Amino acid sequence: MRRFNSLTEVRNELTAGSFTCRQLVEYYLDNIQRKQHLNAFLEVWADEARQQADAVDAKLAAGTAGKLAGMVIGLKDVLAYKGHTLQSSSHILDGFKSLFTGTAVQRLLDEDAILIGRQNCDEFAMGASNESSYFGPVRNDLDHERVSGGSSGGSAVAVQADMCLASIGSDTGGSVRQPAAFCGIVGLKPTYSRVSRYGLVAYASSFDQIGPLTCSVDDAALLLEVMAGPDEFDATVSHEPVPAYSRQLEPQAHYRVGYIRDTLERPGLAPDIKQAVETTIEQLRGQGHVVDAVDFPYLDYMVPTYYILTTAEASSNLGRFDGVKYGYRADDATDLESLYKKSRSQGFGQEVQRRILLGTFVLSADYYDAYYTKAQRVRRLIKEQTDELLRQYDFLILPTAPTTAFRIGENTKDALSMYLADIFTVQASLAGVPAISVPAGHDQQGLPIGLQIMGGAFREADLLAFAKHLTETVAASVTTP
Amino acid sequence: MSTDLNTLRQLAHLARLEFDERNEQKMLGDLNEILNWVEQLRELDTTQVEPLVHLSRELNVLREDTPRNTVSHAEGLLNAPRKDSDYFRVPKVLE
Repeated sequence: MRRFNSLTEVRNELTAGSFTCRQLVEYYLDNIQRKQHLNAFLEVWADEARQQADAVDAKLAAGTAGKLAGMVIGLKDVLAYKGHTLQSSSHILDGFKSLFTGTAVQRLLDEDAILIGRQNCDEFAMGASNESSYFGPVRNDLDHERVSGGSSGGSAVAVQADMCLASIGSDTGGSVRQPAAFCGIVGLKPTYSRVSRYGLVAYASSFDQIGPLTCSVDDAALLLEVMAGPDEFDATVSHEPVPAYSRQLEPQAHYRVGYIRDTLERPGLAPDIKQAVETTIEQLRGQGHVVDAVDFPYLDYMVPTYYILTTAEASSNLGRFDGVKYGYRADDATDLESLYKKSRSQGFGQEVQRRILLGTFVLSADYYDAYYTKAQRVRRLIKEQTDELLRQYDFLILPTAPTTAFRIGENTKDALSMYLADIFTVQASLAGVPAISVPAGHDQQGLPIGLQIMGGAFREADLLAFAKHLTETVAASVTTP
Repeated sequence: MSTDLNTLRQLAHLARLEFDERNEQKMLGDLNEILNWVEQLRELDTTQVEPLVHLSRELNVLREDTPRNTVSHAEGLLNAPRKDSDYFRVPKVLE
């Protein structure tokens, strides 16, 4: 069996009778087995996947199969699936089994997706390299000494290394887009509130969104179409109609595209990435699109704003982990207070504790206005300016990350240097607008470069059509030798 | 802005965390480094800017308040690290 890059390719072969879903699942299970050293999967649901495959084969034969029949999917370890372990790659959720299935996952099942396993990620999705996982780092399949990116690292590498056709991750400040860039695949963060968060372990609730990691833009469009839309279990989810994204992928002839001048002038930006973006800009102009340099005065303020707000929300969200109701409990506690303290201190990893502390600080009475409210005000500035640019232009393009995949251990000593890996992805998260990372060639070491496209709120259909156009006509030709 | 060991200990208590001496120093160093870094937000004049609190555009999303049991008693206790037939068990709270 060969590698497939979209569900359409799979479906063509299934229709032609080249193989069955059951055989397809065996193919992926075999790859997962052979690529175990990458540490992408925490758990493989082999027997269940086989059973689901048989059921889907029967439906395909009967002509009753859903939209996702033939799609084998892995789930980041932050998504609830009834009866299955859910741990957010944290010690503190040892042994936890979910009591229900989250809305997005249920919608995948309802359309006959086959779920193959649970994927490694940064602990509580806090990280940019998958190195904060209790279960250790995920290795990039192109170079085992390099990181997968994060926090959806296992999900990205699983697609990169052909262990499943697609993964479902979550993106708070870049956690789908950045690992997709590091692994040479497609990663989509939808508009805030486009997809229900019911059944997603909360990190920062005013940022979190579920998003797909795929080989093709077509599959990202199809998965968003299936997962998006109103849900009675999430009061924040949008009631905006959900277009049939997968059937609206025809690009327009003329786009107006902006790029933020300062993103390409930053000292930390790798030269090969800068060149890839500049080449893309030239090629878009060559195709007749308008591409303008624009100014955005808040670039340096975005990551600090993001960290104040997300750590505040995280310190509150993670208050529920107390060693009483579920998960890990310290066995050396003497009273209730020490039960909480010891369970949390032993159960949470260092990065999670650092963020809880910072969040507690910025929410404390003496500092609330100076830090938390201040960051909320700056967020409004960033959002309004971003929305304004997206009124003037159809899209903004920028690098997904300042570097390609870095070495394991390279950024773990210094929290700030790791935080700055998010510099280009947090803007869409702060503004709540959709953004996608698509492959844009390789650097001189052969590592994948990701190009990011941001679009207006709820304009995923336009964003996906443009992204598909880019991958087919532009990005494919941007290869630094 | 830089903070001291006493503040760190108070924060840790509020967050129900505890650190040994070595980790205490490391966390204090990290916290101060991060606080100094986020300080740059002060350069921005935001006196005329309202805080942005909610990103969702949805307003008053209501549904009928019909009672239903989504989680049974037995399921509620399923994941408990210590329990008896009816309750979560914790160390003694009252003397």
